[in-house]
Amino acid sequence: MTDERAATGGERAGPRRVGAFDVRVFIAGLIGFYGIVLIIMGLVVDSASDRAKTGDVNANLWAGIGMAVIAVAFAVSVRLRPVIIEGPAGSAR
Amino acid sequence: MDDPLRIGAGVVDYALILVYFAVVLLIGVAARRRVSSSLDFLLSGRSLPAWITGLAFISANLGAVEIIGMSANGAEYGMPTMHYYWIGAIPAMLFLGVVMMPFYYGSKVRSVPEFMRRRFGPGAHLVNAISFALAQILIAGINLFLLATVVNGLLGWPLWVALLLAAAIVLSYITLGGLSAAIYNEVLQFFVIVAALLPLTLIGLHRVGGVDGLIDKVRTSVGGGAGQLDSWPGNELAGFGSSVLSVIGIVFGLGFVLSFGYWTTNFVEVQRAMATKSMSAARSTPIIASFPKMFIPFIVVIPGMIAGVLVPEVMRLKAGDQAAGITYNDSILLLIRDVLPTGLLGIALTGLLAAFMAGMAANISAFNTVFSYDLWQQYVKKGRSDGYYLKVGRWATVGATGLAIGTAFIAAGYGNLMTYLQTLFGFFNAPLFATFILGIFWKRMTATAGWVGLVSGTLGAVAVWLLNEVGVFSLPGQGAAFVAAGAAFVVDITVSVLVSLMTSPKPASELGGLVLSETPKQQRTDPAASRLPWYRAPVKLAGISLVLVTALNVIFR
Repeated sequence: MTDERAATGGERAGPRRVGAFDVRVFIAGLIGFYGIVLIIMGLVVDSASDRAKTGDVNANLWAGIGMAVIAVAFAVSVRLRPVIIEGPAGSAR
Repeated sequence: MDDPLRIGAGVVDYALILVYFAVVLLIGVAARRRVSSSLDFLLSGRSLPAWITGLAFISANLGAVEIIGMSANGAEYGMPTMHYYWIGAIPAMLFLGVVMMPFYYGSKVRSVPEFMRRRFGPGAHLVNAISFALAQILIAGINLFLLATVVNGLLGWPLWVALLLAAAIVLSYITLGGLSAAIYNEVLQFFVIVAALLPLTLIGLHRVGGVDGLIDKVRTSVGGGAGQLDSWPGNELAGFGSSVLSVIGIVFGLGFVLSFGYWTTNFVEVQRAMATKSMSAARSTPIIASFPKMFIPFIVVIPGMIAGVLVPEVMRLKAGDQAAGITYNDSILLLIRDVLPTGLLGIALTGLLAAFMAGMAANISAFNTVFSYDLWQQYVKKGRSDGYYLKVGRWATVGATGLAIGTAFIAAGYGNLMTYLQTLFGFFNAPLFATFILGIFWKRMTATAGWVGLVSGTLGAVAVWLLNEVGVFSLPGQGAAFVAAGAAFVVDITVSVLVSLMTSPKPASELGGLVLSETPKQQRTDPAASRLPWYRAPVKLAGISLVLVTALNVIFR
């Protein structure tokens, strides 16, 4: 919902890229990992007792797919819009 | 608390939790490389973009008390709980961004108490800084205690193991990366919480037969009824018999005094906005935060309502069965137990643990700033090198964590004492907004009026609370808190005005950046603001947010 304004950093006042430290990388990594684990869980262990809990939906599978999609979206946004630091900002540095 | 809460977590669930903690520590290590001064450590070098601080702004508040408490309210009262978000949070957050932030950010203060000191001098500053610092330790301790009880109940680990382990994790990532580590982890935590609670809500809804099924069940359930499906007038929640009084109580008590006092002066929140790189970003922080904030109740309050019609123990509790063996606070945990399969279960537990830890981390990172800059640098050791205060900040973090562990153990032994202490600190919060707002808009307000107003406002709130406790009048539900906050506001304003008229004000030259009429417009606004696109312009965003939240209030009235 807010990611498109993440790094629009429009002004071109000597921008420099931030290195590997972009919190979106961590988000994509963690949520993506969760997504993959859940998809595997949904495909491999989809027991009757699980089905009884969820009301006969393969919840792990669907939630896993959802998370994988979110993770890919974050990864793409890191790629397309890297964080830009716009010159010195007032007080610090 | 034993059997009913014990969740059968599997190996996979534990693995998912462990991976989360590994990433949390990794962020601490990564953030460490950027810490070279006390400003880096305590205010993230004022360099973060607004969407990050905006999400951190919500997460700092989305701790144990919020998730457990608001889902409990959802189970007990239903839709009126939405007021805590749509009336009790959004308007104040927008006000903070539009009106207050130009003074906080523009005056270049490093904390809310520091603003207090520059505007009113040491009297008001000490009252504010000390009560805030103590309250943070207390709340961090309570968060830690709740976290440990949940771990103990769900997974069966001994209370003290869970307590020390959680404290050690929080301590290590904050001492490493300071506020940046706290903020980045809050952003990550936000997504983990959504990943945990959104599937819970959807599966829960599926189990009760969709939205229509939920509506039918709440309407016909014992202890439910149609009143729990509409947010207004919320008589049960406010504890007023009359609907008119209830609406007035919610709008003025909760919506105006309580929530403005909390959101606009609480340094835990304001600190996130101060970590941004420009005035526009600082103002946007609470405004961006308001968008997710207005939809969070759908994945916190609704699961509580679902638990109220789906989980057998909660249904018995709602029907008035005293022997149900649980409290409303257990609602969301029981729903997790009943509807989530292994895998999603692990993510849900991770989400809850993440929320509890981040809540505590937010309290501690706000504490160490106020302790280092406002207490140590101001009153104990002035004029040392910056590296010295960076070290003080790190040690303050260690000290705060130690004290929070102590508080958590006390909370484990004396539950009631903690409740009273929390109420007590609530009293300090109530009059703060009155003093701030008067101080910003009225240049005649004097230094003496600053601290006298705060103290008498606090006493006003205490008086109302005492009268209610001894039974002079009796307001069940949240009514007493609303009235106490209202009294604090009125007393604070009245006393401040009277004292100001009898004492002499500060010279106007010392009020630049602190009082509206003495602050040149350039200092209150961002010179680049007019060139920003609409989705980065704070005031336009605030307008959109206001329209949306009004629509939500109308749709779910």
